[in-house]
Amino acid sequence: MNVGNGTPILEMVGIGKRFGGVTALTGIDFHLRRGEVHGLVGENGAGKSTLMKIIAGVHHGYDGEMRIDGQPVHFRSARDALAAGIGMVHQELSIVPQLSVAENVFLGVQPTNGLGVVSWGRMKREAREHLQLLGIDIDPTRETGTLPIGMQQLIEIGRVLFSGARIVILDEPTSALSPPEVKHLFEVLGRLKAKGTTFVFISHFLEDILEVSDRVTVFRNSRKVATVDAASVDKAWVIEQMIGAGHHELADAMLGEIWLESPKDAPVVFSAKGLTRPRSFADVSFDVKAGEVVGLYGFMGSGQTELARALMGKSRLHGGTVSMDGQEIRLRSTADAKKAGIALVPESRRAMLFAHEPVYKNISISILERISRLLLKPAEERKIAQGHVDALRIRPFLVEPEVRKLSGGNQQKVALARWLTHLPRLLVLSEPTKGMDVGAKDDVVKIVKGLKEKGVAVVVASAEPETVLTMADRILVMRKGQIAQEFADRGVSKDQLLAAA
Amino acid sequence: MNADVASAAGREGGGLGRWVAGRLTNLAPLVTLLFLVLVFSLMAPSFATVDNLGNIMRQVSITAIIATGLTFVILTAEIDLSVASIANAVGIVVAYFTLQETYVNIANVPMPGAVAILFALLAAFALGTVNAVGVTIIGIPSFIMTLAMMQIGAGISAMLVRGQIAYAIPDPVRFLGSGMIGPFPSIVVVACLFLLIGHLVLTYTRFGRYVYMVGGNREAAEFSGVNVKLVIAAVMIISAMCCGVAGMLGVAYYGSAQQNEFDDYLLDSIAAVVVGGTSLFGGQGGIPNTILGLLVLGVLNNGLDHIDIDSFLKVLIRGLILLLALVINVYAQRLRNRAA
Repeated sequence: MNVGNGTPILEMVGIGKRFGGVTALTGIDFHLRRGEVHGLVGENGAGKSTLMKIIAGVHHGYDGEMRIDGQPVHFRSARDALAAGIGMVHQELSIVPQLSVAENVFLGVQPTNGLGVVSWGRMKREAREHLQLLGIDIDPTRETGTLPIGMQQLIEIGRVLFSGARIVILDEPTSALSPPEVKHLFEVLGRLKAKGTTFVFISHFLEDILEVSDRVTVFRNSRKVATVDAASVDKAWVIEQMIGAGHHELADAMLGEIWLESPKDAPVVFSAKGLTRPRSFADVSFDVKAGEVVGLYGFMGSGQTELARALMGKSRLHGGTVSMDGQEIRLRSTADAKKAGIALVPESRRAMLFAHEPVYKNISISILERISRLLLKPAEERKIAQGHVDALRIRPFLVEPEVRKLSGGNQQKVALARWLTHLPRLLVLSEPTKGMDVGAKDDVVKIVKGLKEKGVAVVVASAEPETVLTMADRILVMRKGQIAQEFADRGVSKDQLLAAA
Repeated sequence: MNADVASAAGREGGGLGRWVAGRLTNLAPLVTLLFLVLVFSLMAPSFATVDNLGNIMRQVSITAIIATGLTFVILTAEIDLSVASIANAVGIVVAYFTLQETYVNIANVPMPGAVAILFALLAAFALGTVNAVGVTIIGIPSFIMTLAMMQIGAGISAMLVRGQIAYAIPDPVRFLGSGMIGPFPSIVVVACLFLLIGHLVLTYTRFGRYVYMVGGNREAAEFSGVNVKLVIAAVMIISAMCCGVAGMLGVAYYGSAQQNEFDDYLLDSIAAVVVGGTSLFGGQGGIPNTILGLLVLGVLNNGLDHIDIDSFLKVLIRGLILLLALVINVYAQRLRNRAA
């Protein structure tokens, strides 16, 4: 399916980018052919998004040269890039939930009449047409925030696709989409490609990448590893390029079947019955045994994140009961949950870390009441923290630096360390390896294994199938707020998980 | 992983610029203070005297007691706009329960001094509790809740004195507000005690740590199992109690209890906390900052009286200098955050 007529629409030579002391990209040569779909793969933090943000004008202090149609360019802002015909759909949704669908499709570029007044009629009509091409038939006057996440993502994609951009960068566009939605999206890409639009497609879903791309570029550790014709390679090859040799568990989780086996005669520690929270999840029931890791997998917005928060008492349950060791407990606050022995490591670092406080205070916060009644004991706090910092290999192996100065993966470990001094009965991990490099992911997997051996009941909630597959003994697949399927004591592959979600 | 090592190495290379940037929130008010002292000393010979130092200390004492409680509130990223109003109300409550001279035409309820003081403290506690309940249980933003309390406090003051002025207050209150302990005015000693205890609580107790953590990142504190609502309720009550004490001593200090007596203290106490470098966004700062802020404010208010300028212009100048100090504070914080 190679369109390539030789002239690259975009060329990048020797691109390098550093954030403070951290190298994000080195020596990247990259080019896009007119009218191709170019897949980008690599672990989180490998540099894909950084490179794309350079193209889209988000990052501007970089080394190397970028040329469009042979002309050197250096964008100062996303607006510059847009003017040159480059549009990007970012990983984080940037729709405005309070505005209507039509307003979001035309955000910043509303059609106006001669007087500068917004022509609502035209806007609604065109928004509806555009979205119909993406396979969604929807009233363009609806408030966007009331729609399901997948729909919102499609609206955002639609905004960029139909903005007239010549180069469209899609960063993880399918993470919240259901399989039929993905199919529609690919059809639209094909149609626009035929008209000469060039696409960059970043995704963790390797099947998607290989299906839709003409060429694929693999990133690892801030470097480009290879660029190949998509038709000439298979998934196994791509995975090996991505993570390097010697990470068998991860590779297995990504590639083949994982054998699930949950402990048989361990006592049930935690049990949930009929948990309900309107617009998030409904009638969710499950047990977790001592030393068992239960995976909660679902697409973004399927309810697993909200469920994790509710288990910690952060959001209120509207129905159902939870019990610990057979005793019913009430979760009115996070303090209640903690008293009952429940701990949560939430999905966002911003929600769990005190950025301006030193590492040791971030770790000791959850055990202060155990080490001091009235007066603080900073020496003991530091000692405990240092133990975790060494055991979890939290760089730079110090307890004094402010947490915001650590890298993302290390920050996540700090948040985890908080719960390792006095082990909880139930540990809930929400997206525990999001944004981590392979080494840090392995570390987290090891920590969870250690907790299992000590009899902690663990729940891992994630929208990344690999995360659930590498850690879980039993997997519950959530769809639209309900448990759609349970995988226990059998082999399961990523494809089966995706199909069930 | 290389990146970690690189950034760690980057951290080692410090330098004076980085050191200054990291401490600018504390250095900025200190520099402002030294600058003001220098200017006033040069402009007015009567400024830099031991007598006048005593004046300044006395003049900031009531603000200091209020600002101690307010520091707790602002550290949790909340605000208390009812401080002056609560101080006024509690000051009036203690006079209301004290036997007044016959010419004071207030339908009051005389009680023994200790009972009057107890009632006044209970009133402060009750008003603080209403603030706490409104903010934590009902969920009203503290800005709005305490704005309402500001009116309620003013209303209580008005109802109790009905435009009259009361003079008599219990002896212990009179002593602490206008007496002397050895060579020192007792109100200064009380203010120092409040600041000291506030500092010790914030720095060395578990509760103090929670105050900082709740202000630093409320969500993270909650996810760590900290009872955030309890911490916020506590700081609202602490603030009201400090205001209550300030109100009683203030009545002794001024020699009378009347409506709107404390109106200036709202702005002064917030300014003292914030000019001192405590972040309005919570989590950063503390009592040492508040002390610096108090001194800046005290020197400014006092110094302007010593130099010969139009008294109507003074208010404007004071406002402008406060604005300048706040601008410096905001920039200092931004620099600090950038110094990685």
